[in-house]
Amino acid sequence: MPHLKYRELFDAAAPQAAAKDFLPKLKIAAIEHFEALGFPTTRDEDWHFTSVSPIAERTFRPARPAALTVTNEDVARFTYVDSHWHLLVFVNGRYEPTLSRFAELDAEVQVMTFAEALKEAPELLAERLGTLAPAKQAFTALNTAFMADGVVVKVPKGVVVETPIHILYLTDAHAANASMHPRTLVIAERHAQVTLVETFGSLGGGTYFTNHVAEVVVGEGARVDHYKVQREGHEAFHVGTTQATQERDSIYHAFSFAIGAQLSRTNVYSKLLGENAEVRLNGLYALEESQHADHQTFVEHIAPACSSREVYKGILDGTSHGVFNGKVYVDPQAQQTDGKQTNHALLLGDGARVDTKPQLEIFADDVKCTHGATVGRLDEMAQFYMKSRGIGGERARALLTYAFAAEVLELIELDSLKVALERVLFERFIPPETV
Amino acid sequence: MLKIENLTANVGDKQILKGISLTVNAGEVHAIMGPNGSGKSTLAQVIAGHPGYEVTGGTVTYDGQDLLDMDAEVRAQQGIFLAFQYPVEIPGVSNAYFLRAAYNEVRKARGLEEVDPMEFLDIMTEKLKIVEMTDDMLQRSVNFGFSGGEKKRNEILQMAVLEPKLAVLDETDSGLDIDALRIVAEGVNKLKRPDNATIVVTHYQRLLNYIVPDYVHVLAQGRILRSGGKELALELEERGYDWLLETAGASA
Ligand SMILES: Nc1ncnc2c1ncn2[C@@H]1O[C@H](COP(=O)(O)OP(=O)(O)OP(=O)(O)O)[C@@H](O)[C@H]1O
Ligand SMILES: [Mg+2]
Repeated sequence: MPHLKYRELFDAAAPQAAAKDFLPKLKIAAIEHFEALGFPTTRDEDWHFTSVSPIAERTFRPARPAALTVTNEDVARFTYVDSHWHLLVFVNGRYEPTLSRFAELDAEVQVMTFAEALKEAPELLAERLGTLAPAKQAFTALNTAFMADGVVVKVPKGVVVETPIHILYLTDAHAANASMHPRTLVIAERHAQVTLVETFGSLGGGTYFTNHVAEVVVGEGARVDHYKVQREGHEAFHVGTTQATQERDSIYHAFSFAIGAQLSRTNVYSKLLGENAEVRLNGLYALEESQHADHQTFVEHIAPACSSREVYKGILDGTSHGVFNGKVYVDPQAQQTDGKQTNHALLLGDGARVDTKPQLEIFADDVKCTHGATVGRLDEMAQFYMKSRGIGGERARALLTYAFAAEVLELIELDSLKVALERVLFERFIPPETV
Repeated sequence: MLKIENLTANVGDKQILKGISLTVNAGEVHAIMGPNGSGKSTLAQVIAGHPGYEVTGGTVTYDGQDLLDMDAEVRAQQGIFLAFQYPVEIPGVSNAYFLRAAYNEVRKARGLEEVDPMEFLDIMTEKLKIVEMTDDMLQRSVNFGFSGGEKKRNEILQMAVLEPKLAVLDETDSGLDIDALRIVAEGVNKLKRPDNATIVVTHYQRLLNYIVPDYVHVLAQGRILRSGGKELALELEERGYDWLLETAGASA
C-alpha cells in the first residue's frame, strides 16, 4: 500500500510529546484518516477520469530547508506589475521574509504566516483550522497531517483591505522529489473585504508535489475575491482544494488559472449557509503536450435565495486531457436558488480530449438551475476570414484561441493580473516570430 | 491584372465551376450577375483562396504570378480582397485589433514599417469617414452582433484600410437600405484608382447605377453564358435569366 509510507514519514517527523495540543492532535487525526482512506482511485466517482497513481507510486518527502538561492528577479517573474501589493513568498514551502514585503495595513488586519499565527493567535487556529476543508478527502487529510507553513489572514468587522494580498509559492531545484503542503486560512468578518492572489510557480523544481488547502470564511455581507494561479513546472504534480463557507449577503469570487503541472487537480467548493449569498466560480486552464488537469467545483446551496455563477474554459493542445466536474447541490430549504454553470473546451490538438460532467442534485422545487457545456475546435470560417485579410495561419489560430479565453479573462477584476495572465497565455499560444 | 482561364472547381464531389474564363485589367470594373446557386460566390472564394473549394482545372494568373499557388493570406498581402457575402463573426477579437493586425501584415508584405495603435487610430479616423461609421464599432468584436447592413459596411471599411489592388465584392449591396447602399457604393468609388480593379457580384441593377461597370458577365450553372457592357445589366433586369439559359441549353 503506497500511502502507508506517509505514516512512516509522519512518525519520523512528528513530535508525539505535545499530542495534547490542538495542532498535533489535528495532525494525528489527519494521518490516521489518510491511512484509512488511502489515495483515491478511478473507481471513486469523484476521480473517475483522473488517475493519481503517478503521485501514489512515488514517495514525496516533506521538503527540507535549503540555502536560499531564489532572487528578487526570480520572484518578479511571478508578480503582477503592481509592486505595492502585499507579497508573501514561500520557497519550497517555507516562508522567506527577505523576499516578502508588506504595504501599510490597517492595524486590526492580521496577515500572518502559519508559524506566526501559532505564536500570536493560537486560539484562532484552534477554532477554525480544519473545520471547513473536508477531512474525508484523502489529499486534504494529507495536507493537514503534513502542513508546515502557510498564511492566515483575518480581516475584522467592517474593514476593507484595499491592497491585494499576494501569496507566492515558489519551488526551485531543491524541491525535486519533495512535497509541499501549504495551508491558507482566510477569515473575513462581517462586512469585511479582501482580495487574495495565490500563485504557484516553479523555477526548475523537477518532479515535486504541491498539495494545497485553503479555507475561507466569508462572514455576513463580506466579500472575498480569491485568485489562484497555478504555474507549476511541467513535471510537477499539483492538488489544491479551496473550501469556502458563506454567511448571508456575502460574495465569494474564486478564479482559477491553471497552465502548469503534468497532473493537476483543482477543487473549488463553496457552502452557501446564509440567505442571499452569491458565489462566482470562474476558471481558465490551458494544457499542452500530455498535461492532465482536472477541475471540480461544488456549490452547496443550503440557504434560500442564493445565487451561483460558474464559467470555466479549457484550451487543450497536444494530447492533453482535461476534466471538468461541476457539482451543485440544492438543499430542500434552499428555495429561490439561482444557479448557472457553463463550461467550454477548445480542442487544438488532434489527440486532446476533455471529459465533462455536470452534476445537479436538486431537492427544492422553486429553483432555477442551468448548465451548458460545449467542446469545439477553432472556427474554420473565422480562420479563413482572418487569412483573407492577410493574417497568417499561426497568428489567426493564436488570435482565435486568445479570443476564446478572453470572455473568462474579462472576469478578472484586477487589471494588472488580467494583463499578466493574458501575456502568459500569449507566450504559450503565439509563436515568438509572430508577436 | 487577373487572368482566369478555363477554371473548374469542386465542392466535395460536386463540380460547381465548369470552365470559367475572365480577364480583368487595371482600372476596370466588372459586374458578375446570375441566378442563385450558379457559382458566383464559389468563384469569389476560389479567387480569395478558400481551402474548401478544390480547383480541378484551369489557371489563374494575378500580376503575372500563379495565384492558385499562393496561400490565402499571401493573396491578401499581395492585394487581393474579398468582401464576403456573409461576413464572419469573431467574438472576442476587437475590430480595432483585427484591422490593425491585417493592416500591418499587408504593410510588412509591402516592405513598410508596422504602425502602432496610436498611429493606427489616426488612420482609422480617416477611413471611418469613407463608410460614415463611428469609432465606437472599433471596440466591438469583429462583426459580432452587427446588423446585416453594418457587417457589409464593415467589409468596405476593411477594404478602405487594406487598399487592395483587386477587390471582389460579393453581394455587398444585399440587405442594405437606400442610404447605406449609397454610402457603400460611394466608398467603393472613392477607393477606385487607375491601378486597381473591382469585381462586383450583384443581383441588382440599382447598385450598378452607382458603381458603373465596364463589363457585365452572366454566370449560370458554373459557366459564363454571356458578357457585355453595362446595358446587359439593364436587359437582365427586364428579361430575367431564362432567355439566356434557354439559348445556352439550345447551343449545348
Ligand atoms: N460548402 C459547400 N458545400 C456544399 N455545396 C456548396 C458549398 N458551397 C457552395 N455549394 C453549392 O455550390 C453551388 C454554387 O453556390 P454559390 O454560393 O457559389 O452560388 P451563388 O451564385 O453565389 O448563389 P447566390 O446568388 O445565392 O449567392 C450551390 O448549389 C451551392 O449549394
Ligand atoms: Mg453567392
